[in-house]
Amino acid sequence: MIEPILTTRDLSKSFGGLVAVNNVTLDFAPGRVHAIIGPNGAGKTTLINLLSGDLPPSGGSITFKGRNITRLPAFEISRIGLGRSYQKTNIFPQFTCFQNCWLGAQSRLKTSMKFFRPAAAYAEVHARAERALDLCGLTHRRDLPPAQISHGEQRQLEIGMMLATEPEVFLLDEPLAGMGPEESEAVVRLLNDLARDHTLILIEHDMDAVFAVADLLTVMVDGRVLATGTPEEIRSNAEVQDAYLGSGEGQA
Amino acid sequence: MSLKAPVTFFLLIAVAGLAVFPHFSDEFYLEFFTHLMVMGIFAMSLDLLIGYTGLVSFGHAAFFGLAGYLLAIVTPQDEAVALWLSLPVCLGGAALAALVIGWFSVRTSGIYFIMITLAFAQMLFYYFNENEALGGSDGIFIFSKPFVGFGDWQIIDLANPTTVYYFVLASLVACYLLLTVMLRAPFGQVIQAIRANEHRTRALGYDTQRYKLVAFVIAGTMAGFAGYLEAVSTGIVSPGHLHWHNSGLVMMHVILGGMGTLYGPILGAFILGLLHDQVQEVTEHWHLVQGVFVIFVVLFLPRGIAGLVGRLFGRPPDLDLEENRVAGEDGNKVDAEPNGERTK
Ligand SMILES: Nc1ncnc2c1ncn2[C@@H]1O[C@H](COP(=O)(O)OP(=O)(O)OP(=O)(O)O)[C@@H](O)[C@H]1O
Ligand SMILES: [Mg+2]
Repeated sequence: MIEPILTTRDLSKSFGGLVAVNNVTLDFAPGRVHAIIGPNGAGKTTLINLLSGDLPPSGGSITFKGRNITRLPAFEISRIGLGRSYQKTNIFPQFTCFQNCWLGAQSRLKTSMKFFRPAAAYAEVHARAERALDLCGLTHRRDLPPAQISHGEQRQLEIGMMLATEPEVFLLDEPLAGMGPEESEAVVRLLNDLARDHTLILIEHDMDAVFAVADLLTVMVDGRVLATGTPEEIRSNAEVQDAYLGSGEGQA
Repeated sequence: MSLKAPVTFFLLIAVAGLAVFPHFSDEFYLEFFTHLMVMGIFAMSLDLLIGYTGLVSFGHAAFFGLAGYLLAIVTPQDEAVALWLSLPVCLGGAALAALVIGWFSVRTSGIYFIMITLAFAQMLFYYFNENEALGGSDGIFIFSKPFVGFGDWQIIDLANPTTVYYFVLASLVACYLLLTVMLRAPFGQVIQAIRANEHRTRALGYDTQRYKLVAFVIAGTMAGFAGYLEAVSTGIVSPGHLHWHNSGLVMMHVILGGMGTLYGPILGAFILGLLHDQVQEVTEHWHLVQGVFVIFVVLFLPRGIAGLVGRLFGRPPDLDLEENRVAGEDGNKVDAEPNGERTK
């Protein structure tokens, strides 16, 4: 079996009395699309927040390429190659789409503690920002601020910013939420493209999309991992049927 | 991210006006304008924090006053100290103080940041206010101006008010250009991103605390530079320089002048200063007039005086944060919507 690129061991997070993530032990294989599904409040976003360093875990550990990253701050986790997108759109409303991607792209400089040369003169940052904008399909919205683009396009921008940081592992928290069917289709195509040479950890409620891109599925319920397996295995898992899929395909 | 033609044109005219001003002015107004330009530098340095990084420092006078006191301390009784020596000492002292105060402050945010910067500044105020060796509450005189030159050769004479005026004018322009360059550089992009959305900036891979701390040190050092110039031009430093009134005054210059524009805070310093001077001649109730003025600007000029300049010159001010503020108001929606429409 291939060495996992990212692992969690007994990872937990509680908020006061509520255990949002409960002893989660998972291996994420490199170059795979690993989807995490589960009903609302299952702890999926919290799990991503732990992986990305947005929240410190209450217990357990996270390893990335053999290195313990459990307590690393979010900015360092981003710098070592784990990029994330947010379920709740988290962009810079004041800046244009291009500038939003720019900030992602600039973060890959060794340091931004540079005070004299104009940012615009950094050609490689420019190229990276344009590429991200192109990949997320917003080149035609380049110079507009988020307030002037559609909600679905804002969701695309959310992905574009993550692309601009050129991560190795993508943590995607419901990238399709709030997108129209056409936008969704484009993003599913993008995910399939990315999947060729990246690792994707994908939270998604849209089951058609999940079954279209995922190599592996993990079902979470009440902070726990209920089951992990291939899409076929999950589809036929009785427990999962009961807990989740049973109540109307794909809708939590 | 640039200042476009009309505003630049306005700024060039303003600088030209300041350059010829000494030819028409009496000594009182010459010194008064020197003071206003110093306050302009001071206000610009605070704008770097409030308007660009989103750090509302309520203790900025600490660095202004500290640098002035350091000049008083390093100036011998009846001898001049070299500018080459005293300036680095004073700026270094302000920078060090900003590093220490900033190290504690940038860990907090919002109201706590305001309180902690205020607390540090008040501590310094009381230190100098109670320090009899440094003149206590009366302050301390600096009898000899810093010497600018080498050996016996004096390049400029800072005892001459006109020379000091031009020295301060050149400093004002230099500080403006320096900040403009920094704001366009990668560092400037990051601090503006922090102001817009610190959480996302961090998630994108920036150590936001460090950037905030560096911004704080740069701003503190520049405020120290302003305090140094004030001490040089007036020849006196008093605890009032560090008092929270002074921190509040400079904050008012920034906000009324127009945050996030650099030139707005300079305008704020000039307009409030001149207004004060004029009103003082006809009534004692300056604070009443000031209050009315503040309310007027806040209600009718939401982008401060700089917003008015932009409008007069045919378009809104062009620094990107200006157009951004408009988007920012709707920007809240960007955050709110996904929740509402989230697939359930
Ligand atoms: N910061 C927080 N403070 C307190 N409770 C939280 C916090 N974040 C999440 N929770 C709680 O933890 C539980 C798991 O939330 P989480 O957002 O991870 O669920 P989710 O699986 O992403 O759900 P959804 O499908 O609705 O996005 C929920 O009960 C939620 O209310
Ligand atoms: Mg979620």
